[in-house]
Amino acid sequence: MDIATLDKLCDRYAHERGAIVELLQTIQTEEHYLPRDALERVSANLDIPLSQLYGLATFYRAFSLKPVGKHQVLCCTGTACHVRGAKRVVDHFRRVLGIEIGETTEDGLFSLHTVNCLGACAVAPVAVIDGVCHGEMTAANVEKLVRQYRSRSGE
Amino acid sequence: MKGIEGLKAWQAAIQEQRDPDATWIAVCAGTGCLSQGAADLAAALREALIRHSLEGKVEVKETGCRGFCEQGPLIVIHPEGIFYPQLKAADAERIVSETILRKQVIEDLLYQDPVTGRRHIHEGDIPFYQKQMRLVCRLNGVIDPTHIGDYIVHGGYQAAAKALFEMEPVQIVEEIKRSGLRGRGGGGFPAGVKWESCRNAHGEPKYVICNADAGDPGAFMDRSLLEGNPHSIIEGMIIGAYAIGSHEGYVYVRNEYPLAVRNLQTAIERAEAHNLLGDNILESGFDFHLKINRGGGAFVCGESTALMASIEGRVGEPRAKYVHTVESGLWNKPTNLNNVETWANVPLVIEHGADWFSAIGTETSKGTKVFSLVGHVNNTGLVEVPMGITLREVMFDIGGGVRGGRHFKAVQTGGPSGGTIIVDTTGAARPAEDRDEHERGPALVPESLIDLPVDFESLTEAGSMMGSGGMIVMDETTCMVDVARYFLNFLTEESCGKCTPCREGIRNMLAILERICDGRGQEGDIDLLQEMSDTVADTSLCALGGTAPNPVLSTIRYFRPEYEAHIRDRRCPAGVCTALIEYSINATKCTGCHACFKACPTDAISGEVKAAHVISTAKCVKCGSCLDVCKFDAVVKQ
Repeated sequence: MDIATLDKLCDRYAHERGAIVELLQTIQTEEHYLPRDALERVSANLDIPLSQLYGLATFYRAFSLKPVGKHQVLCCTGTACHVRGAKRVVDHFRRVLGIEIGETTEDGLFSLHTVNCLGACAVAPVAVIDGVCHGEMTAANVEKLVRQYRSRSGE
Repeated sequence: MKGIEGLKAWQAAIQEQRDPDATWIAVCAGTGCLSQGAADLAAALREALIRHSLEGKVEVKETGCRGFCEQGPLIVIHPEGIFYPQLKAADAERIVSETILRKQVIEDLLYQDPVTGRRHIHEGDIPFYQKQMRLVCRLNGVIDPTHIGDYIVHGGYQAAAKALFEMEPVQIVEEIKRSGLRGRGGGGFPAGVKWESCRNAHGEPKYVICNADAGDPGAFMDRSLLEGNPHSIIEGMIIGAYAIGSHEGYVYVRNEYPLAVRNLQTAIERAEAHNLLGDNILESGFDFHLKINRGGGAFVCGESTALMASIEGRVGEPRAKYVHTVESGLWNKPTNLNNVETWANVPLVIEHGADWFSAIGTETSKGTKVFSLVGHVNNTGLVEVPMGITLREVMFDIGGGVRGGRHFKAVQTGGPSGGTIIVDTTGAARPAEDRDEHERGPALVPESLIDLPVDFESLTEAGSMMGSGGMIVMDETTCMVDVARYFLNFLTEESCGKCTPCREGIRNMLAILERICDGRGQEGDIDLLQEMSDTVADTSLCALGGTAPNPVLSTIRYFRPEYEAHIRDRRCPAGVCTALIEYSINATKCTGCHACFKACPTDAISGEVKAAHVISTAKCVKCGSCLDVCKFDAVVKQ
């Protein structure tokens, strides 16, 4: 996000009380993380201490201070998914991608996160990759999906 | 547009444009169906219609969730109401050429009852829908949520118009009080009483909030309502705001629900464009503005004071509620917060009256409740039932019983704050007070538990709670100690950390449960857990900590022998806790088909084709892949 866009965004939210979380959401959606220079700019523009922004960024799960992979894998570990084997799905992703939860692969292609509930409980266990929901996940599915996304990226 | 007359004239104009006998196809586009390919199906249907020169004559409408997610992707062909579940994009051609063009029902695409083997043409004939009472969800699956006209034609916003033009605010509050409508978010507080307190509170402006952040894992009714019928929530909030004297409202919605956010945003814009929201609604002189706030993915923000802190742009930490939020809530002003389903009930009460509403349900729990019926049950999905229906009816008559012919073990309601209750057909557990102390064997289960009526009081008495409506069915392959560990792990991550009992108490209870699951449990651990539970429950600041011990206490109450097996025998009877199980292959049953060899992610299985295989326990990570693929029951887990 360039500085002009960011400034415009700040202007939009400047007169709205309490809109700071919304503003950070917008940056997160665009950049997939909260870059330090963006936070510094917001802090200066809106006269909000950087520490306060850091507090918000680390309190809410939706925000990340580290860049994430090109493809974001979100494994649901809600109750319905848990009883239908979510842990095994997560473990398979960890093995296949060779990373731990919260990490990004070295080639920058995938990052792996868990989420508490995606609200697709009826087709549990669920994984969401780049916003697309995949239901009834199995170990075999994990490998197939990773292969698909890898080949889509031409890797 | 002005008044009720203006609204009715609009409704009539839309009705006139629509041919009631026209053929149209409703494609369920709820999250469940979308994940199973509903978008491809809709596209294929549109293409098939073009091939048969039917474009513009037969409409394909993407609707909200119809509830029967298990059978997705599914469609209903109107006006006949022909129901086709579990479709593929490849079925589109047949559907158009046979059912649309020649009005022939395609037998093999119809729903087949797994019990009777009978095929059913209409949704209403299917057991899954028969015992339901779909009031709040009545338009889900019928209307296109992005088209306000669809809502208007079904009488949308007429309850709001009635409230604005024909009722005094006090009258509305009385009507809601008389209806017996209670908060659907979990607590079950009477909505009318809350409205009255907020109305009478001093301070201006007043706010109304819709809590769409009830992040109970396993509960997705709010998501479906917001996605499928967002206008009903807006309408409920207009009525509430008018009754309370508020002109500004917020919908705080989970960011994990992107489609819900989008559909709600569209709905707000459409409503504003038609003078149904904003300044001088329907020229009644009443103003009401509504904004969306996306949550940050913090479970604690489902708690009202934490949610309000989050809207104010602060971290979502709750505060002690010596002063209620109806007195001093958002920006220290009187604030009335209700959840999605509660707001969606409001137009129904105003439209049909308190007497109609209070005739549904039980003495103290009125109306219907939407449940997300998930877990090890055959018919997973979203069901709306009258309060007072029994758990047996929900899980067996509607839900079709437990998957794969396994035994029912427990059902979990109320999310992490709720409990795991109701046992079983295996006799694995009963309430401790009914059990002889030394008795360990299977025993009869009190029928009363599975026949427990679903209402606020009964569930609380059984050690659980209604919660926002997650109903997670668990079969015999679920370890109850692991379930308790799961919830505490969840709550440890989600505790905001403000108060010590919750932050430290839950963490230490989790440590005990983890050692039990790892086979390092000690005598006295159960008593210690119970003791710590009392402290955490009594001294935590908000409901997150206050109810955190529920899953632990209820599993101990009903499944104590399972805890004891972990601690004393170092055994996980359900075969879940990986530290306590081992996989092996029964050489006499193994045919050497090599399937497990290929499935094993860690090369732990060795063996030639057509010879018995062996698992190396050193390499095995206990993922269970071999068990899944073995067709000969040769893989043993113990």
